[in-house]
Amino acid sequence: MGWDTITKSANDRANAALPDTEKARKDFSWNDARQELSGLPGGGLNIAHEALDRHVAAGHGAQCAIRWLGASGETRDFTYEHLQRNASKFASVLTRHGIGKGDRLFSMMGRVPELYFAALGTLRAGVVFTPLFSAFGPEPVRTRMEIGEASALITTAAIYRRKIASWRAEIPSLKLVLIVGDDAPEDCIALGPEMDRAPDRFEVMQTDPEDMALIHFTSGTTGRPKGVVHVHEAVVAHAATGRFALELRPGSVYWCTADPGWVTGTSYGIISPLVNGVTMVVDEAEYDLDRWYRTLEREKVEIWYTAPTAIRMMMRAGQDAAAGYDFSNLKFLASVGEPLNPEAVVWGKEVFGKPFHDNWWQSETGGIMIANTAAMDIKPGSMGKPLPGIEAGIVETAGDELSECAPEEVGELALRPGWPSMMRAYLNEEARYAKCFRDGWYLSGDLAMRDSDGYFWFVGRADDLIKSSGHLIGPFEVESVLIEHDAVAEAAVIGIPDETAGEVVKAYVVLNPGFDASDEMERTLRGHARKRLGPAVAPREIVFRQSLPKTRSGKIMRRLLKARELGLPEGDISTLETDEK
Amino acid sequence: MTRNEIRTAFVDELTRIAPDIDGKTVSDKDHLMDDLGLDSMDILNLVTAIQTRLGVSVPETDYPRLETLEKAVEYLAGKLG
Repeated sequence: MGWDTITKSANDRANAALPDTEKARKDFSWNDARQELSGLPGGGLNIAHEALDRHVAAGHGAQCAIRWLGASGETRDFTYEHLQRNASKFASVLTRHGIGKGDRLFSMMGRVPELYFAALGTLRAGVVFTPLFSAFGPEPVRTRMEIGEASALITTAAIYRRKIASWRAEIPSLKLVLIVGDDAPEDCIALGPEMDRAPDRFEVMQTDPEDMALIHFTSGTTGRPKGVVHVHEAVVAHAATGRFALELRPGSVYWCTADPGWVTGTSYGIISPLVNGVTMVVDEAEYDLDRWYRTLEREKVEIWYTAPTAIRMMMRAGQDAAAGYDFSNLKFLASVGEPLNPEAVVWGKEVFGKPFHDNWWQSETGGIMIANTAAMDIKPGSMGKPLPGIEAGIVETAGDELSECAPEEVGELALRPGWPSMMRAYLNEEARYAKCFRDGWYLSGDLAMRDSDGYFWFVGRADDLIKSSGHLIGPFEVESVLIEHDAVAEAAVIGIPDETAGEVVKAYVVLNPGFDASDEMERTLRGHARKRLGPAVAPREIVFRQSLPKTRSGKIMRRLLKARELGLPEGDISTLETDEK
Repeated sequence: MTRNEIRTAFVDELTRIAPDIDGKTVSDKDHLMDDLGLDSMDILNLVTAIQTRLGVSVPETDYPRLETLEKAVEYLAGKLG
């Protein structure tokens, strides 16, 4: 490994949320954590109530909840009370249009203030909130809205016209489409006027801790994407893990750069910071080096939660690009999405004066599970140790029964179920859900090892899923779109290493008779995939083959393609029937 | 290199990276991300390709100066000038 451990001082530990991590782990109970929230009368629990009403009731209504930075340079502040009123208005709008408890609202838009009103208003109304990434092409959106049986959608006119209008009528469950702004296309409702006339009081829906609150979509190796179901009780974990792993505390200035279209941007870009009473910075614009550095300086950001791809982009620009900025307000830096390389951990220390603290979790876990906390010494490249309330292990899955691996042995990263933000289901996919659990463990699908000091290290995926810019991409979804093209007979999709994005999507394609491999064909197919899937999911590279390696049962061996791409041993190829040509 | 040649080279590389875009319909004021739908990895790949093709160096801090075709041509013409 060769990287020196970054040791923390007594002062670092004294100021940390968990000064003594081991002791905190022993003393912690989820029941105690629940008591720190106020809950609803009669044992109910509602995320939006904990995020807003609790603070307003305690006299913090005038505190800034969101400092919103518009793409064109404007700044707008929303206090906790503003947010509460706007969330109430949004909940009123939903109710007025017949959307209520148990219905599902999908969002597909950039980071505008209405997104935050919608998320919190939706939860307030007892409606399930399901965010989608606004850069998705029409295909992933449609698939997810079908699986999730969307009742309502909030989006922008541009996204609606480009990606949704043509198939909207084919989603029978969809009753309401809200459009941000004052004008709306046909069959849609403009949100602006609706909000203007909606009452700004709306009593929080009496939701039960086990009522469905959020659906996050995640990719599978085979089949359609999975709708990961979370309930209102998840807020107990959002609250506690935000304190433990991110040092969130009332009044902190916090910037989570993740988009709410992904799970990080919801759990730690909306819920956890608000529940913990912080002032969060929301930037509408996409990554831009100077803008980010200026934002850190001008907004006096104290806690920054970002992602490896962004950090590596900053590193490419070099340390000089950061010179002249004042980062002295930064207290805590964290990263998630994929393993943060040791160089990047250390680079944080050189440029920002603080190392990045990597942590690990996934859509299914709903919140941070394993982390380098503020008091812990950091072994650069490690994801850290399990948070209080979390029991993690490395298990061998090959035998009849799971067995725990010895230190330094590679196995599948597994967790003991029972924390509040654990997924409750994959929507309508009981068999796939059941497959995640064995012998009392939840199996994460990630391969990892635990060293003799108890630190966990990511090794790779146990399946064929691709991690690009921190987003999980299912090869099947990409292959399906490629095969839809007349020219394509077969397709296999893998992730290949990329120094900035971690992995990028590469496709191997067999053409139908009558079609010739050429640069033009490569562009045509990539163009087709980008139109249908969006740039984040579509292949960045396509190569042509006469045939793909397949098993006797006809399954394409993606693993073999990848091993060859990386020059690794091919492993067991006893089931190989036809090989790549 | 004339501005027209720079423009052609830029559109050429742009549509190679994002073949979903029709080079003929790209207008000078289209924003690469907001209007043409590029993501940050596309931008990175585009700048790398432009650097190689035109033999100029574009530091990361200058990326926003290539956010529309018009701005990019202006910027690159200055560099090549």
